[in-house]
Amino acid sequence: MFRGATALCAALFLVLALAFLEELVRNSSLSLGQFGAGFLTSRAWNPVTGEFGAARRVFGTVVPTAIAMLLAVTLRVVIALFLVELAPPILARVVGGGIELLAAVPSIIFGMWGLFVFAPFMAKHVQPALGDTLGFLPLFQGPPMGIGILTAGMILALMILPFVSAVMRDVFSMVPPIVKEAGFGMGSTTWEVTRKVTVRYGIRGVVGACFLGLGRAVGETMAVTFVIGNDHAISASLFSPGNSIASALANEFTEASEPLYLSALVELGLVLFGLTFLIQVLAQLWLRALRKQTGGGL
Amino acid sequence: MRRPASFRRLSDLSIKVLSSLAALVGLAALAWILAVVLERGWNAINWEFFTALPTPPGVAGGGLSNAIVGTLFMTVLATAVGVPVGMMAGVYLAEFGRTTKLGSAVRFTVNMLMGVPSIIVGLFVYTFLVLPAGHFSGYAGAIALAVLMLPVVARTSEDMLGLVPNALRESALALGAPRWKATLGIVFRAAKTGLVTGVILAVARVAGETAPLLFTALNSPYWPSSLNQPTANLTVTIFNYAMSPYPDWQQAAWGASLLITAGVLVTTLTARFLVGEARRQ
Repeated sequence: MFRGATALCAALFLVLALAFLEELVRNSSLSLGQFGAGFLTSRAWNPVTGEFGAARRVFGTVVPTAIAMLLAVTLRVVIALFLVELAPPILARVVGGGIELLAAVPSIIFGMWGLFVFAPFMAKHVQPALGDTLGFLPLFQGPPMGIGILTAGMILALMILPFVSAVMRDVFSMVPPIVKEAGFGMGSTTWEVTRKVTVRYGIRGVVGACFLGLGRAVGETMAVTFVIGNDHAISASLFSPGNSIASALANEFTEASEPLYLSALVELGLVLFGLTFLIQVLAQLWLRALRKQTGGGL
Repeated sequence: MRRPASFRRLSDLSIKVLSSLAALVGLAALAWILAVVLERGWNAINWEFFTALPTPPGVAGGGLSNAIVGTLFMTVLATAVGVPVGMMAGVYLAEFGRTTKLGSAVRFTVNMLMGVPSIIVGLFVYTFLVLPAGHFSGYAGAIALAVLMLPVVARTSEDMLGLVPNALRESALALGAPRWKATLGIVFRAAKTGLVTGVILAVARVAGETAPLLFTALNSPYWPSSLNQPTANLTVTIFNYAMSPYPDWQQAAWGASLLITAGVLVTTLTARFLVGEARRQ
């Protein structure tokens, strides 16, 4: 009886996952039928003429995510190094706890802060400086508006920092002390031990942690919607505004009156669902393989 | 080829400085965000903010009492649905399904659902509940939050119950206790702090969510007399007000931001404190 009841609740999750897929596919069938596979590559998005394609939104999703991953992972590896190798335990606890607290801040607060405080800051100080020094690259050309793809990516980086953090710290402290001590005993500096021993030992775990952070960043809605600028263009410049799948849904869904428009938006949701599913599967397979190899502990 | 010691020492030092700076950046970001929210939100908060209904832009006074109540109602309802179901699933995973096929399938699904973006959850509940009903409602919003909560609760419950030593289960069963009694009376009691913490963290997480409410609860300028209609809530109000061109609405959005941030952070810190206390014991 009891076992049956708990199994029922557990099975509910399978039903839920299938229902997600069924609902998203059923409600996007109109758009699926009309555009077929071309939906993914088409740049069109015109509710008036009824032409829809996902390419611009996929672009607007992938680029900020890539920026966020690049920043968060670099920052995180260096911070993990600080917490595990350098800082005295009390300081490490305070700093680590503070960074993990970032995870508790609701995403809409990141959005508010991003729109009213961080975007003006970017427009005034960071973007002109980038334009002056690296302006010869097409990446950093264009008017410094503050909002845009680069700002969205940087805020995303802050948001996923704590998610990557927890796993990364575990990975770094998982390295057997004796291996590190051997390195120090050979006269290596802290940085050499980290680079040649710790990172090499934990690289697989770091990759797994990145996958999890990636899943977060791809689907983040509110923070991105506030600062990405909601423009449909695909531009080489990181200063230009864009639109992610999630922000398109947040902005346009309640306005969509045409069945085809609505259906195309649901199909965008389906694309995002597929994307996060893929990332999750990869992350899980990777971590499972890792766990088998190291015999637990992660 | 050996590099000179001075170079090695220099690169070591610069990395050390760099990593300390990076840690500082993370902390500074948190401090910056909290300071801004506190500073700008504080001016918006007064007695009326908690007691009055919203006013049109330009009209003085007015508060967000309806949104505060709406958020509370929906969070409570979501907790009432999400926690028991999620916890039962966690019990199955930890107690019965450690090696079964259903267990590993569910474990995989739970992890996958945890990764589903919250806006997709909103989309799903919209097509599943709002479209057939024909109107937005607070119930749909609460269900969306519950769906978001389910995998988190299931996962943490499984982890917490898994920490309870098997000897406890065996001794309860050896005394002739039925399985449900052994689980609910003995294993649950042993894992109490962990379970409570998991629930608190899950509640804190969904209380600050906006995306799943956008197409489900929507928002409303009226008092939430029934959850069977569009229901005011703090987070969607922040979104709408912040995007509006009116300074007084933006001010109110900062007030709501302060309220929601303070609420979520206090709950999270409480949960952390509980864990710390339990570990000390």
